[in-house]
Amino acid sequence: MSPRSAILAARAGSGRRADLARRPVAVAAVGLVLLAVALVAGIAAGTVAIPPGDTIGILGRRLLGLDIAPTWAAAAETIVIDLRLPRVLTAMVVGGGLAVAGAAFQGLLRNPLADPYVLGTASGAALGAALAVLIPVRVLVLEFGLLHGLAFVGALGAVLAVYRLSRVGANSPMTSLLLTGYAVSSLLAAGLAMAMYLSGAGLRQIFAYLLGGFDASSWGRLAVAALLIVLASLGILLRARSLNGMLLGEEAATHLGVDVRRERAILLALASLATAAAVAVSGLIGFVGLVAPHVIRLIVGPNARLVLPLAALLGASLMVGADLAARLLGEIPVGVVTAMIGAPFFLALLRRTRTGYEL
Amino acid sequence: MIRLDGVTVLYRERAALRDISLQIEAGERVAIIGPNGAGKSTLLRVVAGLLRPVAGTVDLAGSRIDRLDRLAIARRLAVVPQLPTLPFATTVEEVVALGRLPHEHPVRGMRPGDRAAVAAAVDRVGLGHLLGRDARELSLGERQLVLLAMAVAQQAPVLVLDEPTVHLDLRHQVEVMELVGDLNARDETTIVAVLHDVGLAAHFFPRLVLLDKGRIVADGPPAEVLAPDRIREVFGVDPALVRLGA
Repeated sequence: MSPRSAILAARAGSGRRADLARRPVAVAAVGLVLLAVALVAGIAAGTVAIPPGDTIGILGRRLLGLDIAPTWAAAAETIVIDLRLPRVLTAMVVGGGLAVAGAAFQGLLRNPLADPYVLGTASGAALGAALAVLIPVRVLVLEFGLLHGLAFVGALGAVLAVYRLSRVGANSPMTSLLLTGYAVSSLLAAGLAMAMYLSGAGLRQIFAYLLGGFDASSWGRLAVAALLIVLASLGILLRARSLNGMLLGEEAATHLGVDVRRERAILLALASLATAAAVAVSGLIGFVGLVAPHVIRLIVGPNARLVLPLAALLGASLMVGADLAARLLGEIPVGVVTAMIGAPFFLALLRRTRTGYEL
Repeated sequence: MIRLDGVTVLYRERAALRDISLQIEAGERVAIIGPNGAGKSTLLRVVAGLLRPVAGTVDLAGSRIDRLDRLAIARRLAVVPQLPTLPFATTVEEVVALGRLPHEHPVRGMRPGDRAAVAAAVDRVGLGHLLGRDARELSLGERQLVLLAMAVAQQAPVLVLDEPTVHLDLRHQVEVMELVGDLNARDETTIVAVLHDVGLAAHFFPRLVLLDKGRIVADGPPAEVLAPDRIREVFGVDPALVRLGA
């Protein structure tokens, strides 16, 4: 047997991820279909159900300018365009952004248990939002209130603090980052608890933020969040090479031509930006950013160039689906749905994986 | 190919390397030996541009190494890293493909030429039967070969190895050494290896550089470097214990 055919034979017999070359395209196609179905279902279903045919008709007429004669009531059109469309699109963008950020954090920290919130973004955003509820000032800029603003600033501020505090000399080793993230998160959580204790009637509002949701989505907020999330995600995707290098650790990455210190700082900043924009408009929704990259890695392997876009697609579909489920269950918080679906699913994944995770 | 001139490296005020001057020509095969703490790995880190000396200069393929960016260094010099842990399930093929990172298109990734280089490295190291396996499930010896294949796929004119045989049984040690010798002989890859095993170094390397307490105490062919008096003085053991394969 020639060496080349030996390789092919080994590849055919290797089982789990045999068809590496063709798999990503198939996964992308499935992901796109899944997302399209989720989007249409997400727009059609709700307290006022609009038949999928009408939904597609309305979308075709209003978004693509197709000449479709309305078979639906004018109210249906208003519901679709002004309420449901910004809502499902926000869920899509937030889900995709959290999945990309999660994949980036997992790769950067070389830790499969990392999620977009691991370095303090969640607790920073939560504290910011809680403070916004306590401050009796109502401002609105571009549909953004104090709560969105302080949640965004809190998320970014927390990561910046973690990054600065974790530095040892000129370096910022990964374990030190993780532990500092934990410490800073605990401190911020204490602040959050205090704010909740003092909040009185505002408690319900803080709580709603902590559990996350898309019921308050608007076109204006969607536009700003989408811009930030898409730009940050593209920036991360362009640095897939650096993430791949870090698979083998910082030193090996350096030998493979990655300027580890610079790339890590840039990737951290971009992933945190995407996360902050997501939590500012939707609150804290867990598990999507953790699970989506995992599922994709099991299917196509760890190559960030494939993992990032495919995880974005899956995260977007999952989030639209979770929002739909939350709505059908009577407007329960989306964070509850993602945790209730995500956690058992994640456990099942861990059991299925042949080798345990080394940390 | 590699030129060190008066290199001194400090580790917390202590000199890890003192005034090292060393020249390695293209196509040479050099082993760096010495007792623990002699500065062997430090010297490798300087050669690979990971550590910047407080005094002296390092040239790599005609350029000052501190004026080259990481990508430029990675195209000139490949390092077989010490066994790292992998955070995610990663096939052998995917690990070997990491060797193409310095060459692949920054946006599009691997191109046909890169894939050919990966296939050639896999063939060269004889990993065809392991290609689709999760690298984390392999034995230490197999993993060492995978990392070697990754460095081969990098196709750099200089290959640096840090204790490449440390986890290996005798058969794998010889396998790795013969492979390295073959890369040197057939592809004219310049080889610089830190080796613990003096006997292995003497058998497979025509030139040894002996370090002790951060200085080069001998540099030349094995028979000359490993003179009985010097072994007694540097390693503090009976010279009869060191078998000279050469």
